[in-house]
Amino acid sequence: MSATTGNAVGATAIRPFTIPEVPDGELGALRARIAATRWPDQETVTDDSQGVPLAMLQELARHWATDYDWRRCEARLNALPHFVTEIDGLDIHFIHVRSRHPDALPLIVTHGWPGSIIEQLKIIDPLTDPTAHGAAASDAFHLVIPSLPGYGYSGKPRATGWDVPRIARAWVVLMKRLGYTQFAAQGGDWGGAVSNVMGHHAPPELLGIHVNFPGTVPPDVARALQAGDPPPASLSADERRAYEQLTTLYAKRRAYSAMMGTRPQTLTGIADSPVGLAAWLLDHGDGWGQPAAPVTSAVLGHTANGHPAGALTRDDVLDNITLYWLTGTAISAARLYWENKLALYNAVSVSVLAAVSVFPGEGYQAPRSWTERAYHNLIYYNQPDRGGHFAAWEQPQIFSAEVRAGLRRLRRLRRGQPVREGRDLCPAKLKSVPSGSTRPTKRSPTCDGALPRCAGPPGSWSPTGRRACS
Amino acid sequence: MRWPSRELVADRSQGVQLATIQELARYWADDYDWHRCEARLNALPQFTTEIDGEDIHFIHVRSPHADALPLIITHGWPGSVIELLEVAGPLTDPTAHGAAASDAFDLVLPSLPGYGFSGEPAEVGWDPGRIARAWEVLMDRLGYTRYVAQGGDQGAAVTDAMGRQAPEGLAGIHLNLLRDALFGGYPSADPSAAERTALDAIATFRTSGNGYLIEQGTRPQTIGYALLDSPVALAAWMLDHDTDSYHKISRAFLDGQPAGGLTRDHILDNITVYWLTGTGASAARSYWEGGRAQVIAAGQARPEVKLPVGFTTFPDEIFRASRSWVEQAYPSLTYFHEADRGGHFAAWEEPELFATEIRAAFASLR
Repeated sequence: MSATTGNAVGATAIRPFTIPEVPDGELGALRARIAATRWPDQETVTDDSQGVPLAMLQELARHWATDYDWRRCEARLNALPHFVTEIDGLDIHFIHVRSRHPDALPLIVTHGWPGSIIEQLKIIDPLTDPTAHGAAASDAFHLVIPSLPGYGYSGKPRATGWDVPRIARAWVVLMKRLGYTQFAAQGGDWGGAVSNVMGHHAPPELLGIHVNFPGTVPPDVARALQAGDPPPASLSADERRAYEQLTTLYAKRRAYSAMMGTRPQTLTGIADSPVGLAAWLLDHGDGWGQPAAPVTSAVLGHTANGHPAGALTRDDVLDNITLYWLTGTAISAARLYWENKLALYNAVSVSVLAAVSVFPGEGYQAPRSWTERAYHNLIYYNQPDRGGHFAAWEQPQIFSAEVRAGLRRLRRLRRGQPVREGRDLCPAKLKSVPSGSTRPTKRSPTCDGALPRCAGPPGSWSPTGRRACS
Repeated sequence: MRWPSRELVADRSQGVQLATIQELARYWADDYDWHRCEARLNALPQFTTEIDGEDIHFIHVRSPHADALPLIITHGWPGSVIELLEVAGPLTDPTAHGAAASDAFDLVLPSLPGYGFSGEPAEVGWDPGRIARAWEVLMDRLGYTRYVAQGGDQGAAVTDAMGRQAPEGLAGIHLNLLRDALFGGYPSADPSAAERTALDAIATFRTSGNGYLIEQGTRPQTIGYALLDSPVALAAWMLDHDTDSYHKISRAFLDGQPAGGLTRDHILDNITVYWLTGTGASAARSYWEGGRAQVIAAGQARPEVKLPVGFTTFPDEIFRASRSWVEQAYPSLTYFHEADRGGHFAAWEEPELFATEIRAAFASLR
């Protein structure tokens, strides 16, 4: 880490941060720009199979240009404690909310694309103040919610190299700089990838992770998927379902990833056109459709792809998009795909204690069987009833309950108590566990492994035309 | 204009570079004159006719020579009839360009449905096969009973489909892109050094050069919003086709060194046609249509092309198709040549050379 080089004191300082007040003129210009949109003709299909439907985007744009109030979001953000600190040469912005409960477990929660810290705002209270939300004081967390490099209020990298492992290392620096010597990490989407890699690196301070975007596809299955083969006969019903979901993902729902993975700069126009940006950010799918059903239903105000309206609001959706617009981060955020060299859906090799929640609306439902193979010390696996790709945003109470339940055993580890009875844990990565607290008998061969890499260069596709990399 | 931050690399590997697109935007805003292009287009005989429910725009230039061979040339993406304007003279009036009267063509240059001045389909189904059938109707309606067809890029897909449909009047085709090879090349037990180079180029295209193709093939409406709403979005999207043409276009703007006909004005003529006709999304949709047609046709054997086929490999195309690959694709190959110059937009970049190839390819059909 180079954070302490150069102007060490200043660079490593944790500086309080205020969300900049956007001048009225800039907000007016945005509204005028939306009102002046030159629209394409309607798609030639009656569904979302050609992209974000015109009627949906026009409804969102109408709201954006007339009723939407960024000042409300600005005030909501500024009611939270924000900070910036330089790590590895880049300013990292984060929200830091400490629980009033002294034994709270420090937790760093990372957003994804096309998200931002906006995704996480609703879980701050339930996780930091559990007793106000029907949970116990012993379930409290100190929360750290960073903006990814190139996203929101973090700095935009000016050189290549800010890939997921570098972010994962930066997050450890951040947590240590905040004085947290034992902490957990959580994430979905890119945040899931960052948490997975933190878990793979297993720094001694990391007690464990909870992810809602697990990487589980076993290598043999990944090869079959890449080749476009039918599901292998050996798959169970759960595995076959996941296989079919991933087939759809690779065939129809990865264009945004392919484009940003190879030519992010060519998307210049989404920095210039508000509706161009909105369409691009809306076009991320989930298990229900693309755009994600909770987003579509929020914009249209009615059920979409079988998902009722109400999980998200139009304001939720526009807060997130407006944050990208005002911070001018459309392209810098897209570059994270270009930087990526990991195959995000494929089985990670994580040996720290890991909890996985598989939400029903996620792009694929990771089967327990695959999850156990990828997370060698899986302490929690659950399929909640509701929630999709943006689980923290859509279902903050359910999500918070998952995080509490998933990471509960970590609190025992923290106190030096046995984490789990009756089943051996991989011993190699449990350095911080006092002896006798677990009962490892033999080293399981599944306890070690490499992170799944892309088959080709960043953003590459396999020779069969299938995505080799996320 | 709101610009993104500069790319983090010193080359094209993150996409269209900021300096290139900013210089294009500056020239477009300050110096470019659409009325010049408008006048140039309107100096040519243009028509529209409704075929299969869609208005089809085309340029129709008859040769002064009586026994000229009728030829329909189809442009591609991100092109338009602008790509083909420079070949109209050499092909219709060969004696003014150092060729013989017996080399003359009557030229039909249509705008693909959803492109330029043709209508924008409001229903699904306008795939290359349907366009090929429309071109048969068009040539028939123009009174041509014996004609030939030519195309590269999307135009190659349409021309290939015409070859497979083999309408009565079609005497032969010429192509300058072996499209099927882009999806993996052709098998060979012992590829030549040149073929190995081509396979590497295809692999590069498939690993880092086909993002636009996947986006347009699956989500054309999504990218379409930016393409309609932001001129710079449209320009950047259209510049990012293949490595060679990107570098040539970039040099035209940054170094004042255009490659042949790929001048700043010509490049902006083409982009401005897309902008003024508002066809960024509908043109992108043609890839979605192509993908849909492939899914529908999956597993079905395509009819072979039995008509005479000519093929020219231009050296700076995405990959150089070998004669053996082209013969595998088209056993009825009657003409194959590797040109000295030219890339993906061969007609645009090297109109005289391109015309020479067309004359040679179809000479045996006269």
